[in-house]
Amino acid sequence: MTDNRMEWPLWEVFVRSRNGLAHRHVGSLHAVDGTMAAELARDVYCRRAEGVSVWVARSADIVASDPARKDELFEPMVSKVYRHPTFYEIPSDVKNI
Amino acid sequence: MPDTAHFEFLLRLGDSCLVLGHRLSEWCGHAPELEEDIALANVALDLTGQADMLLAEAARFEGKGRDADALAFLRDAGDFRNLLICERPNGDFAHTIMRQFLFDAWQVELYGALAASSDKALAGIAGKAVKEAEYHLRHSGEWVVRLGDGTPESHSRAQDALDLLWPYTGEMFEADETVAALVAARIAPDPAALQSAWTRTVDDVLAEATLAKPPSGWMQTGGLTGRHSEALGHMLAVMQVLPRSHPGAKW
Repeated sequence: MTDNRMEWPLWEVFVRSRNGLAHRHVGSLHAVDGTMAAELARDVYCRRAEGVSVWVARSADIVASDPARKDELFEPMVSKVYRHPTFYEIPSDVKNI
Repeated sequence: MPDTAHFEFLLRLGDSCLVLGHRLSEWCGHAPELEEDIALANVALDLTGQADMLLAEAARFEGKGRDADALAFLRDAGDFRNLLICERPNGDFAHTIMRQFLFDAWQVELYGALAASSDKALAGIAGKAVKEAEYHLRHSGEWVVRLGDGTPESHSRAQDALDLLWPYTGEMFEADETVAALVAARIAPDPAALQSAWTRTVDDVLAEATLAKPPSGWMQTGGLTGRHSEALGHMLAVMQVLPRSHPGAKW
């Protein structure tokens, strides 16, 4: 017997935990379309009141950086610590920085 | 307003949730996709939670010292008051989804009306549960459309399920003395009004699903007076074995 069952496409799920915060990637799931993906995301990833908003995107639509180009893309920044704003004396009477 | 009618009415609501919730839980680990497995288990848990609240209220009106657990686990089939549609075996996925859809469409209307009940505790439970029921209906309704308007195979299975389950829908709108007493006391809504709202929802979804609504004819009856099918006894044997074998067990 041949198995001609087609896999549902994969979707990436992003959940916003509170208003004012950004949507955060929480995982992926299979669904036939976007509507179903958003609803299943509610069941799979929001069972414990994790969110107030859900985004889903087809995994195939995500363009990712090439891991083989890691050295040219990211390595040069490792040695540029001066790009962090940590070389300043903060006046003691400045609050909330 | 005698408490016995109030007890009886709450028992019907609670038992339907409990029995259908258990039936759905039988899918856990067996649903066609992992995501759907979790979705069905969530619906099962929602229904069990509703049963817990409704049976606790029922026990209060009964006033014999029983609690929700005693009602759920220490009664036999003849004492259950659930709708017969809730105890129907799961069958295939189309059958489970169709049973759920017909039930969800009823529950949404029922809870929507009960949220304005003169019984404030019941109104509170219904106001909370209606949000769950609306999501259940969206879930099952979309599946009915997907299956009905899907492949020839899914269409024929959905139509079979609808034809088999249709005679069980009449019970949702039965009006006996218990219902009449609660309607008069403005505790429960008039079943005829529920039926017309339910019919609109069902007609819309079935049309979109390209499924043929069965002709209205003879309807099953008996659940509300404790005359159940053999299927309920088998289900209760599984559901109740632990608390009956180990009375008072905690974990």
